Amino acid sequence: MDGSVFQDGDDIHEYLAKHERKDMLRFLTCGSVDDGKSTLIGRLLYDAKMVFDDQLETLGSDSKKFGTQGGEIDFALLVDGLAAEREQGITIDVAYRFFSTEKRKFIVADTPGHEQYTRNMATGASTADVAIILIDARQGMLPQTRRHSFICSLLGIRHVVVAVNKMDLKDYREDVFRGIEDEYREFAKPLGFESITCIPLSALKGDNMLTQSPSTPWYDGSALLPYLETIDVSRKDDQPFRMPVQWVNRPNLDFRGFAGTVVSGEVRPGDEIVVLPSGKRTKVERIVTRDGDLDMADKNRAVTLTLADEVDASRGDIIAAAQQPPEQSAQFQAKILWMDDEEMLPGRQYILKSSNRMIPAQITDLKHRIDVNTLKELSGKTLKLNEIGECNLSLTQRLVFDPYKDNRQMGSFILIDRMTNHTVGVGMIDYALRRSKNVHWQALEVNKESRQTMLGQKSAMLWFTGLSGSGKSTVANLVEKRLHDLGRLTYVLDGDNVRHGLNRDLGFTDADRVENIRRVGEAGKMMVDAGIITLVSFISPFETERQAVRERMDENEFIEVYISTPLEVAEQRDVKGLYAKARKGEIKNFTGIDSPYEAPSNPEITVDTSEVAAEKAAELIVEYLDSKGYLGN
Amino acid sequence: MLTTETLLRRAERLSDVSGLSLTTISRKLLNDGKGLARIKNGGRMTAKTLEAAAEKLDALEIAETPRADELLSPEAMTHLDRLEAESIHIMREVVAEVENPVMLYSIGKDSAVMLHLALKAFYPSKPPFPLLHVDTTWKFREMIKFRDNLAEKLGLELRVWTNQDGIEQGVGPFTHGSAVHTDIMKTQALKQALNHYKFDAAFGGARRDEEKSRAKERIFSFRTADHRWDPKSQRPELWNVYNTRTAVGESTRVFPLSNWTELDIWQYIARENIDIVPLYLADKRPVVERDGTLIMVDDDRMPIHPGEKVEEKMVRFRTLGCYPLTGAVESNANTLPQIIEEMLLSRSSERQGRVIDHDQSASMEKKKQEGYF
Repeated sequence: MDGSVFQDGDDIHEYLAKHERKDMLRFLTCGSVDDGKSTLIGRLLYDAKMVFDDQLETLGSDSKKFGTQGGEIDFALLVDGLAAEREQGITIDVAYRFFSTEKRKFIVADTPGHEQYTRNMATGASTADVAIILIDARQGMLPQTRRHSFICSLLGIRHVVVAVNKMDLKDYREDVFRGIEDEYREFAKPLGFESITCIPLSALKGDNMLTQSPSTPWYDGSALLPYLETIDVSRKDDQPFRMPVQWVNRPNLDFRGFAGTVVSGEVRPGDEIVVLPSGKRTKVERIVTRDGDLDMADKNRAVTLTLADEVDASRGDIIAAAQQPPEQSAQFQAKILWMDDEEMLPGRQYILKSSNRMIPAQITDLKHRIDVNTLKELSGKTLKLNEIGECNLSLTQRLVFDPYKDNRQMGSFILIDRMTNHTVGVGMIDYALRRSKNVHWQALEVNKESRQTMLGQKSAMLWFTGLSGSGKSTVANLVEKRLHDLGRLTYVLDGDNVRHGLNRDLGFTDADRVENIRRVGEAGKMMVDAGIITLVSFISPFETERQAVRERMDENEFIEVYISTPLEVAEQRDVKGLYAKARKGEIKNFTGIDSPYEAPSNPEITVDTSEVAAEKAAELIVEYLDSKGYLGN
Repeated sequence: MLTTETLLRRAERLSDVSGLSLTTISRKLLNDGKGLARIKNGGRMTAKTLEAAAEKLDALEIAETPRADELLSPEAMTHLDRLEAESIHIMREVVAEVENPVMLYSIGKDSAVMLHLALKAFYPSKPPFPLLHVDTTWKFREMIKFRDNLAEKLGLELRVWTNQDGIEQGVGPFTHGSAVHTDIMKTQALKQALNHYKFDAAFGGARRDEEKSRAKERIFSFRTADHRWDPKSQRPELWNVYNTRTAVGESTRVFPLSNWTELDIWQYIARENIDIVPLYLADKRPVVERDGTLIMVDDDRMPIHPGEKVEEKMVRFRTLGCYPLTGAVESNANTLPQIIEEMLLSRSSERQGRVIDHDQSASMEKKKQEGYF
């Protein structure tokens, strides 16, 4: 230990030279609440002499104020940095700590144990090489022990330490330790860890932390710190060269460089590479850095490449070894860990962000959820916060990737909600779905433009949205009549002709409403492709879904008509008697009563039928279409 | 206390993994090549011998256990190389995805490193964003001189922002105290500048090892339209896939140096020959001792109280900020290796020199929630 601490009289140059060539290990601590994670890290920092005098002073006063150790020094307070954490004595978010010993530098992620903060635990696990999973010797394995072990395995951590903590409170009994060890090893068999090391500990008392403890004479393994200093986490890494293009560097017309970080393999000037998805091949010309060109760039190096030929590449592309290119697909299977309070809805559009690009994506199918306690597969339609599932995804463009098990950077992605911009889920790609390799878009000679020309109109989708009874269908029908009179080809999609046929299998849960709108959107898009002016009349309460349909259409093909008639008026009309039933509780999930309606933020047209007569509204809409050139000459 | 059986079992295991024969191990532990064999056959030893043998075994195990290479091969990336690459990756990601980024430049050593990394990240282009300095008008004069020289030398766009309302009200640390001064001249000024220029991402040089609430913060740290940080619902941040999306008016603070430690910063400055403000190096400077802190008399706005006297002392600064709020340390260290040596030997953390952090342990978190960097 002492070699890590610089002492008076040591040679500073020698110390720094050695320090600079140290290896770095990233690990995390996880496990259930109160298993002693923060105490363990606090203890490591304290024993590694990484706690400064002024911090120690604050720690002393904080221990008296918030400590859970009866006024004794509470090491957990060294790491629990947020006010709410100190007050409640729990860890809410992951904290990163840094320390070094004679042999290694360490970055520790101290992660929260409460189930509701699992996403913060996953944040810490995604960059770790080793996981320390704490178990309270008095409690044994808890659901969180299993959940965290599973997430560690899911995120590709290959070495775990099972730290059976608080052994002092169990009189350092070997049978207690062995019982927990056996149970854990049995549970962890399917998780595929490369090594599992079990250590009996007392983080508070310091047993088996730095050296083997005399209190556990029956334990013949390594103490924790020597283990961390010596564990070999290097991978037999023979993954081929990959570099996602982050940014195109173009200071002048004579220089065009592709900036990015090498995520696997290595690259040299003269190497044959391929730019994906375009598939253009060329050679690497130079590896440019501000400190001069490099002969070779290996994994984790941030560089700028110039290429021998003028090939077109931009942000989002992947530069890869020409002989071993990655796969590309718009459809694949992935494991998803859901991280948002709002549940995952199959069919809803999210933004998928991979290492260097964003692509609209939807989860087409939740194949099954995974029970983190038993690792059994469960059926389900949605994923709630902290749930894990195997899903099929469909993207609007093809993604270049490698499976996550082969390449962490090339196989990982996050999902972002398009409205809130929250990171709602994270995913690890398993494999491409076969069908996407076989389905190609046929470029037909007869196309939308030729059909529109034939019909003498520009096709578009008029999307009528509003509360039940607001007058959507009334106005839509009047518009259609008027257009028909003018000799235009039209069609109306509404609840009456869709709910009874195409969408007969759907109910009124949020998930079904999303799917309902998705199908209507797709059907409408085909009609627009056929050249028809299509009028869609649906309550369609969610902005996200309407937005998703809009984005599937070409520019100026989606015209949102918001029938803004207020709820009181619609309820008073109650043409079909539905509001009365909903108020009595006979209909569940009724929009405006016990299910929300999200008004459009930027509709092309807004009509309030309590102020404007339906005929007048229809006239205004037709005028709008005429003025924008949809009705031809 | 270790039992004889455990000693034997550990010795045998050590023999397996290290290739040392049991006889050799026996000689090292007991000064007797056949000692272990005798014990195996039922021989006994005194508690004292056992204790001595156990101690030697501990040392032998550490020395003989095969392990990852202790020091890296010369061509492998060092941890400084890795930190550098990570920071560059973060900066490029911001420039590629955000419309109007800015780099907060505070003239200190961390800013110096951050700017140096930006020069590397976009080479041969210049960093495609301006630098912003929030000037409280109370910075050390040497800092301002250094700032202007550097911007000119590098040909970078430097924007300086001062809270004019604060100036009109005559806000300063001597008259209003550190809390009010910091809030109005730093926090409010920063918000004004970000709003004025409509920056949607701002690089800052904060590190996680500085302070406990920093240790909890994401690299891409989301701010609401009124610049608030909500520590309890931060976006998950996995791998190096960063969510840069914000709605109009919202913004992101980005910390490319999150994973650097104070030692890393100094080592990197030494390795890369980065220019730093001379105030970091010891020199004779006029100081006054006030409430146990040495304050440098940088200009005549500093009132000298009765009983105080201005002394010329060899001092330097571990952090730089507003001169009335930055404590000097007595030191003779005037080279980088000496500074590093002094830092390694000192037993107090670098923020101690800052008057503003002292009040309460959660003060940084509170200030950050209100929009402080």
